[in-house]
Amino acid sequence: MNIMSEAAVEETLANRVAEEQAPVKMLCRNVSVHYGADQALYDVDLDVGEHQVTALIGPSGCGKSTFLRCLNRMNDTIDICKVSGDIRLDGEDIYSPSIDVVELRANVGMVFQKPNPFPKSIYENVAYGPRIHGLASSKAEFDEIVEKSLTRAGLFEEVKDRLQSPGTGLSGGQQQRLCIARAIAVGPQVILMDEPCSALDPIATARVEELIDELRQKYTIVIVTHSMQQAARVSQRTAMFHLGKLVEEGATDKMFTNPDDQRTQDYITGRFG
Amino acid sequence: MSDVTTTPGLVSGTTQPKRDIGIKKRYAAERRFKLYGLLAISIGILFLLLLMWSVISKGYTAFQQTAINLPITFSEDIIDPKKERATNPQVLMMANYPRLARDGLLAELGIDPTDKKNRKLVRAAGKMVSAGSRVQLRELVVADPSLIGKTIPVWVLASGDVDSAFKGQVDLSVEEKRRKISDQQVAWMNQLAEDGTLVKRFNTGLFTFGASSRPETAGVGVAIIGSLYMMLIVLVLALPIGVAASIYLEEFAPKNRWTDMIEVNINNLAAVPSIVFGLLGLAVFINFAGLPRSASLVGGLVLTLMTLPTIIIATRAALKAVPPSIRAAALGVGASRTQMVFHHVLPLAAPGILTGTIIGLAQALGETAPLLLIGMVAFVVGYPSSPMDPATALPVQIFMWANEAERGFVERTSGAIIILLGFLAVMNITAILLRRRFERRW
Repeated sequence: MNIMSEAAVEETLANRVAEEQAPVKMLCRNVSVHYGADQALYDVDLDVGEHQVTALIGPSGCGKSTFLRCLNRMNDTIDICKVSGDIRLDGEDIYSPSIDVVELRANVGMVFQKPNPFPKSIYENVAYGPRIHGLASSKAEFDEIVEKSLTRAGLFEEVKDRLQSPGTGLSGGQQQRLCIARAIAVGPQVILMDEPCSALDPIATARVEELIDELRQKYTIVIVTHSMQQAARVSQRTAMFHLGKLVEEGATDKMFTNPDDQRTQDYITGRFG
Repeated sequence: MSDVTTTPGLVSGTTQPKRDIGIKKRYAAERRFKLYGLLAISIGILFLLLLMWSVISKGYTAFQQTAINLPITFSEDIIDPKKERATNPQVLMMANYPRLARDGLLAELGIDPTDKKNRKLVRAAGKMVSAGSRVQLRELVVADPSLIGKTIPVWVLASGDVDSAFKGQVDLSVEEKRRKISDQQVAWMNQLAEDGTLVKRFNTGLFTFGASSRPETAGVGVAIIGSLYMMLIVLVLALPIGVAASIYLEEFAPKNRWTDMIEVNINNLAAVPSIVFGLLGLAVFINFAGLPRSASLVGGLVLTLMTLPTIIIATRAALKAVPPSIRAAALGVGASRTQMVFHHVLPLAAPGILTGTIIGLAQALGETAPLLLIGMVAFVVGYPSSPMDPATALPVQIFMWANEAERGFVERTSGAIIILLGFLAVMNITAILLRRRFERRW
């Protein structure tokens, strides 16, 4: 078993508070996921620090995306998927019956691997979330939210003259930033990103990475990535998954220079995975 | 680079023996397959052309009808000999209008109807004018009683036999006794045609008349209204029920044995012979629910049952075709499942749903067998004013005309088929245009 002991968790938390002064935003204990008879995640304990970027790395099929999708209950949409364990957002159990999944997703936004703007106008893509949550009522308020979100996503200057043209007509990198704008328009506290740059070229990737670093000021970010360089560049903490288990978790600097686990060492140096 | 070419060992001087990897055979197989494909398509097109040619060549004449321009004298002696129309309005309804038309024709031909010697000629001439002139002239007089006593030119329909003969559909070389039009009548016909009083005109009656035993006054008017009512009922019932059922099954229902069974049964339902639906309609809607026979309401309900599986299958396919990433995106910003479906999935699936619906409607429009069982194969002369009134449907009208013996009905059968095919073509083209118009790419 590779679960971290309670003592280790406490030690990690103590380190974190000491090193980075980051309170825990999301706390996960003993998270296991089953797809029917197959177990995809084994007792994962992981904490996400506020205003930090936490990178989840590991070879394909190791369960990092599954874990990410537990954090805003996107796994609920899969009938055979069963999640057990304890996941808390600001101390509140997100799987408790008193929590509404819609409200949770308004607080924990998500950006997907492939840019998936709605086949609607750029404006409508961003305004959709605030509209269904009733965050604005007048046209002026919506305009403000749209402009603010697009600006924060670093897209406003590029699209301000064609807000009414379809979002699907943008380039891949622009589409992904539109999706980020769409996620932050709802005013979430946490943004989950599932390999947000895997479908982008290096220039667009650099642009999105810059953006992630800026967004850290306001939001807590969890990002799944296959690129070691990306994890090293954007994240403060890194968690390494392998075969459904959390192998190791720690400050990114330490993980990439002096990992405790041999598998982490092998993976980040490209010896497997 | 350069030393590669100059190094003798690397120059492929010793050509490797050519391997036989069956290239020729493979290409031959491909050519053969293409040929088979072309052959299959050609046969299909050939049969389609044959069908179109046979229907159109037989049916196009149905869109023309021979009419005679006659000076009709609305003689008071014939219409109202007892001069009691002021007190008894029935008189105008009962009057002998065909005689007015006959006398008009006799005047045109210069035959004196009062001369006893001409009796045979008078009878022969009377048979040249359609008995439908009764209704036509009656309507003129009832609408404007001041016509009585006046003489005005009226286009009167020629009888079915004259119509057929004038269109060249009657073999005049046959012995006179064995055909329905005499030499005398043919002579008159040719004489009137030369004068320009007997001509072929566009057959509006084909679209407006109801059922009739005389081909010249038979039309698909009632059938079109009946079919229209049924299509409306199918659209109003099958579209919402079908779409709601598909959305539930596709987006909300848990995937378990029950929903699997429902899915299998819906697919099976689509393959149930339509006549079975007719029996079901007869048992449930007419015998049990007590709805009237021959009514387009019952026809519409039966066709709704038949169309539902088609619409459900098409809608589910359209919903399945919406990429999961759109669903994830909607859920990701915190939309509820219902919002996800109605804001994003359904609009994207709409073109597919519309296409499926229109194709389902087209199928229903052409359906005959179940309608026979619920009594829509009826002789309905008057327009149905509501879906509860007796009516027929286009394909049923075709079926009934195909059973008629008279020459005039042969062309009308094909003519009605052309009308039905026209409606179907319009519906299918609409489906294609809608799909093109609303199709989105992502």
